Amino acid sequence: MEQKFRILLAKPGLDGHDRGIKVIAAALRDAGFEVIYTGLRQTPEQIVEAAIQEDVDAVGMSILSGAHMTLFPAVMKLLKEKGAEDILLFGGGIISEQDAKKLQEAGCGRIFGPGAPTQTVIEYLKDTLPGRRKRESIL
Amino acid sequence: MSDKFDTKVETKGDSKEIARAFAEAKRKWQEDSENSKLKLNRKFTTVSMEEVNPLYTPEDTGGIEEVGPEYLKKLGFPGQYPYTRGVRPNMYRGRIWTMRQFSGFATPKETNRRYHYLLKAGQTGLSVAFDLPTLMGYDSDSPRSAGEVGVCGVAVDTLKDMEIIFDGIGLEKISTSMTINAPSSILLAMYCVVAEKQGVPLHKLTGTLQNDILKEYIAQKEWIYPPEPSLRLIADIMEFCTNNIPKYNTISISGYHIREAGATAAQELAFTLADGFCYVETGINAGLDVDDFAPRLSFFFNSHLDFFEEIAKYRAARRIWARRMKEKYGAKKELSLLMRFHTQTAGCSLTAKQPENNIIRTAYQALAGVLGGTQSLHTNSMDETLALPSEKAVTIALRTQQIISEETGVVNTIDPLAGSYYVEALTDRLEKQAEDYFDEIDRRGGVLKCIEEGFFQKEIADSAYHYQLEIDKGERIIVGVNGYVHEDEKLEIPILEIDESVARDQIAALNKVKEERDNDKVQRSLGELKKVIKTNDNHIPALLECVRCYATEEEIVNVMKSVFGEYVEPPII
Repeated sequence: MEQKFRILLAKPGLDGHDRGIKVIAAALRDAGFEVIYTGLRQTPEQIVEAAIQEDVDAVGMSILSGAHMTLFPAVMKLLKEKGAEDILLFGGGIISEQDAKKLQEAGCGRIFGPGAPTQTVIEYLKDTLPGRRKRESIL
Repeated sequence: MSDKFDTKVETKGDSKEIARAFAEAKRKWQEDSENSKLKLNRKFTTVSMEEVNPLYTPEDTGGIEEVGPEYLKKLGFPGQYPYTRGVRPNMYRGRIWTMRQFSGFATPKETNRRYHYLLKAGQTGLSVAFDLPTLMGYDSDSPRSAGEVGVCGVAVDTLKDMEIIFDGIGLEKISTSMTINAPSSILLAMYCVVAEKQGVPLHKLTGTLQNDILKEYIAQKEWIYPPEPSLRLIADIMEFCTNNIPKYNTISISGYHIREAGATAAQELAFTLADGFCYVETGINAGLDVDDFAPRLSFFFNSHLDFFEEIAKYRAARRIWARRMKEKYGAKKELSLLMRFHTQTAGCSLTAKQPENNIIRTAYQALAGVLGGTQSLHTNSMDETLALPSEKAVTIALRTQQIISEETGVVNTIDPLAGSYYVEALTDRLEKQAEDYFDEIDRRGGVLKCIEEGFFQKEIADSAYHYQLEIDKGERIIVGVNGYVHEDEKLEIPILEIDESVARDQIAALNKVKEERDNDKVQRSLGELKKVIKTNDNHIPALLECVRCYATEEEIVNVMKSVFGEYVEPPII
C-alpha cells in the first residue's frame, strides 16, 4: 500500500485569513494526504508540539499578515531544538519572492506565493516527502 | 426627500391606471430631485457634447404600457421604494460618491503623514486600517504581537496614538471610517475623546464604525469575545451613538470579507443581509425603536470580477433591505429603509503575477460599484497581493476613481443599466437566491446558530475550493496566472517595506505613556468599567473615562475578557 503522508496545516500569528489554508487542506485531502488543521492563532510552540505529537511528515503554515519573517524562523528554531528538523516546514501567503528566498536559504521548505496552483503544492510534497523522515516508531 | 415613501401601486389596474401611477411617481421624483440641496456643479453632457437626462425609464423607449405594473413594483424611481434604482433621487448628479481609500500603516506619525498626503491628493474621507494586534486587542508590547506591529495597519495602544493619527485634521470637517470590530467601542471612545480635545462636539462627528462582529465569526475571524456579549457591546454602541453622535454610522454590515473568504455573489448578499437583520433584531430586543437606530446602519460590499453580476447584487440588496425593513420590522421612516453602502474592489481577485494588470481589474470593479450606486468607494492598489500599497500605487488607485467620475460620463445618468434584460434578470435571480438562504438560515435556527454550527463557514470554504479547482483545471482563466503567462517575470513595481524599527518605536512610545499617566486613576477607571460590564448598563461612559486617563487597549480588553470570556472557533475544514 502506498504510504499516506501526514500534514499539519497551521495558522500562526494573529491573522484570520483562512481561505487559502482551507483550500490547501481540501486539495491535499483529495490528493490522498492525511490532513490535520490546527485552527487559527496558534503560537509557534503549539504548532511544533502538535507536529511532534501527531507525528507528521510536514508542517504547512499560512501567513497573510506580514509576520512571516518572525514566525517561520521561530517554528524552524523550535523544530530544531526538539530534534524534529526532519519534519518539512513549508508555507504560503502574502510573502514576497525576496522574503521567500531568504527563508528557503535559512532551511525552510518551499514558500508558495499568492495564486500558486494547488497542484504545484501537491507535486512538491509528493516529490519531497518520500524518504525524508526518519520514523523510528514505524521502523 | 419627503417622508412619504409608500408609493401606492395599483398592480391590477388597466393601462390607464398604470400610466397614472407612473406619472405620479415621476412627478414626485422630479420634485424630490429639484428640492435636493445637493447639486453637482457640472455639465451633464456626453464627450460629443450631447445633453444627458438624469434618468431614463420605459417612457424613453417603448412606453410604460409595455412594461406594465412590474416597473413600479420592482424598480420605481431613484429615491423611491423599493430603491432598486438608488437611494437618492438625484444620485451622483447631487454628489459624487466619497472616495475613501483604506489606509494606515506603521506608526501613528507615519499614518498621519499619509492621511495629509491623501487629503491633499483629493481624497474626500478617511478610512483607518489598524494593525492586527489592535484588531485583536493586544498592545504592541505583548508577546502575541511579535512581528505584527504596524504591519497590516497602524498600531494603536492608547489615546495618545489616536491624537497623533488625527493631528492637524479637524474631525468636524472629515468623515472617518474605522475598520475595527471586536474592540470597536474602545476605538470609538478614543475617537470621541480626540474630538473632545479638539473642541469638536460629538454631534458634529460623521463617519462609520465597522463594528460588524457577526462577519468576523463567519469570515474575517478577528474576534475576541463570544457572540452574545459581543452583541451586547454593539447594542450599547447603537444606543450611545443614537443619543450622542446621531450622524455617525454605528455598524458597517460587511459582505466584503465574506466574499474575500471565497463566497459567491449570492452568498455575500444573503449572509450580509442576514447579519443586518440580526443586528436589527438585537436593537429591537434591547428596547430601541427600529426607526431610531436603523437609519445609521450602513453596508459594505465587495466588487468582484463579474461586472454585471456585481451591479445586480447591489440593486437586489437595496430592494431586499427596503422590503424587509418595511414589511417585517415595521420601519416607518424612509431613512430606515435605505441601504447605503461602501464598496471595495476585490482584493482576492488581484494577482501577484503581472501586478500592473491589477490596475485594469480594479478599474472595472470600481465601475461596477459606481453603476451599482455605491455611496463610497475604495479602489485597491496594484501591489496589494505583495505588500501594503506604495504611494505611487495608491495614487493610481485614487486616480482610477477620479477618471470614472470626471471622464467616463457614467455619473451623468442614474442607474443606467436598468431595463437591461440581463441585469434585471440577474437582479431577480440574486434576490431569489438570497431569500432561499434566509429561509435556510431560519430553518437552522438563526444566524448565531448557523455560526455555531459552522454553516456559513462551510458554505464559503466549499465555494472557495470550487473556484480554485476551476482555475487549477484551466476552466477559468486568470490573465498572467494560468493564461498569458510571462516566463521569467521580473517584478518591476516598488514595494513598501515596514521597518523593524516601527515596533521598537511604538513600544517605546507606549512605555512613555505608561510612565507619564496617573496609574492609580487608570486602575480605578478599569475597576469602574468592570462593575458596569457586569450589569446591563451601557458601558460607553465608563469606557470613555478609561480612555481619557490613557488606559491601554489591552488593559481594557483584559477587563472585558475577565467578564465575557474568549471565543474559540472549532477548526472546520
